[in-house]
Amino acid sequence: MNFQTLSQLAVLCEERGMGIGALMLEEQSGESGRSKEQEFATMSQYYGVMKEAVHRGMTEDTTSRSGLTGLDAQRVASYNAADEPCLGGPAGQAMAYALAVSEVNASMGRIIATPTAGSCGIIPGVFLSCQERFGWEDDYMVSGLFAAGAIGYVIANNSFVSGAEGGCQAEVGSAIGMAAGALTELRGGTPAQAIHAVGLALKNTLGLICDPVGGLVEIPCIVRNGFGAVTALAAADMALAGVRSVIPSDEVIKVMLEVGSAMPEKHRETAGGGLAQTPTGRKIMKDLRSKK
Amino acid sequence: MRFKDVFSIIGPAMVGPSSSHTAGAARIGRAARQVLGEPAREAEVTFFGSFAATYQGHGTDRAIAGGLLNFATDDSRLPDSIELAAEAGMEISFGQGTGLFPHPNTVRLHLVGAQTGTELTLTGISIGGGNIEIVDIDGFGVKLTGMYPTVLIHHMDYLGVLASVTDVMRKGQFNIGHMSLDRKNRSGAALTVLELDEAATPGLLHELRALSAVKSVKVVDLNESAQEQKGKDNTP
Repeated sequence: MNFQTLSQLAVLCEERGMGIGALMLEEQSGESGRSKEQEFATMSQYYGVMKEAVHRGMTEDTTSRSGLTGLDAQRVASYNAADEPCLGGPAGQAMAYALAVSEVNASMGRIIATPTAGSCGIIPGVFLSCQERFGWEDDYMVSGLFAAGAIGYVIANNSFVSGAEGGCQAEVGSAIGMAAGALTELRGGTPAQAIHAVGLALKNTLGLICDPVGGLVEIPCIVRNGFGAVTALAAADMALAGVRSVIPSDEVIKVMLEVGSAMPEKHRETAGGGLAQTPTGRKIMKDLRSKK
Repeated sequence: MRFKDVFSIIGPAMVGPSSSHTAGAARIGRAARQVLGEPAREAEVTFFGSFAATYQGHGTDRAIAGGLLNFATDDSRLPDSIELAAEAGMEISFGQGTGLFPHPNTVRLHLVGAQTGTELTLTGISIGGGNIEIVDIDGFGVKLTGMYPTVLIHHMDYLGVLASVTDVMRKGQFNIGHMSLDRKNRSGAALTVLELDEAATPGLLHELRALSAVKSVKVVDLNESAQEQKGKDNTP
């Protein structure tokens, strides 16, 4: 790839007169030696899997093997429809869809890791709800996935995307940044605005620990995906309104690396601390062990 | 750059719940199956670190078994793979290992081939987002991700072997993206791993096998999804 940082990405976009998604497609094709059509087709298939996962999570039983989670997406959807939700509207929809995909994941269904399985709900939640709302074509969404991928590529190589390495900020945080930046571009924002959205979003997740109860990708991972989708929408709105990330986004990514590296091991996906070691968390873990 | 392309970020298509514990584990199992070059009749699986602590909840055992059946990360049969492995006549056992290990998510596999009885010991690590590295094959240190078409060449270590291998590559117009060599001792057995830009053709493999110092040539390529595998024989 011809860029290693978000600012280099923005400069390249300007030089070539193209958006982040189009540029990433070109770069990807150059890297793999496959045609742009082939690369686009692969991403298109991935978008199909995301749609399928949203549909499954909204309609089927998603109770996980542990029995700890499932069906929250459908609870949120029926509450959205029947009551007067605090959030409501497009944000409520994005939240329900993000929960849906995350629940499909927890119940061993098919999903796309974006960038990980623990954070797989956020991008589909944001993308599908916005597609329905704005009437966008599938191909437009697929170009948005390339934009999200470009942002994730920079985060992953300059910091991290896995909870075991950098805490949940690396997992859910990266996904929120990717979704926020991509959505900003899809809504007609410039590459510079999209990159501000990434910084704005990431700043809001710095320090988030990875503390899965029983070590499973269920509690609190699933609800964090729901919250994450809403945060991504908010970050995109701020960026589109002209709000800037005063600390440049590349510097925020470095801060994430610093914070994650300083995080004790018990807060990095080991289930040794945080919510996993609360009295209830410990009891759940004990019950799960005795079930085996 | 640890992550090389857009699909190491968006992707893989996979069966949940964990990209490290499930998709990564499936890829390690599949890589081992491909290095063995035949289905396994026995598989001894040892988990270390976080893999050992949570493998049952994450279905890491099922993912490894599915990988050993050559299933891709998004194969819908993965949740039932332990039963499918038993039906296929694979004896598979799971344990937790102690001692030093190279990464929080490490697994060691000991396989016995169903057809030839060949044994293979392989260590893999899952580095996040479904991305993996194979770090040890039969005591040889390697670094193999499976994301590029990869050729493994067991050969004797003597002067000019590598030159003859790269010459075959040059003549066949195959570009090498990454290369590593490890040997047991001077003039002893060696393993060379080549990551290529293009998939190796039968012709290339034939020419490599014809080299006098070469004992065996294996191919690892983990890029196919279950959808692309459809219609092919991917059962053991």
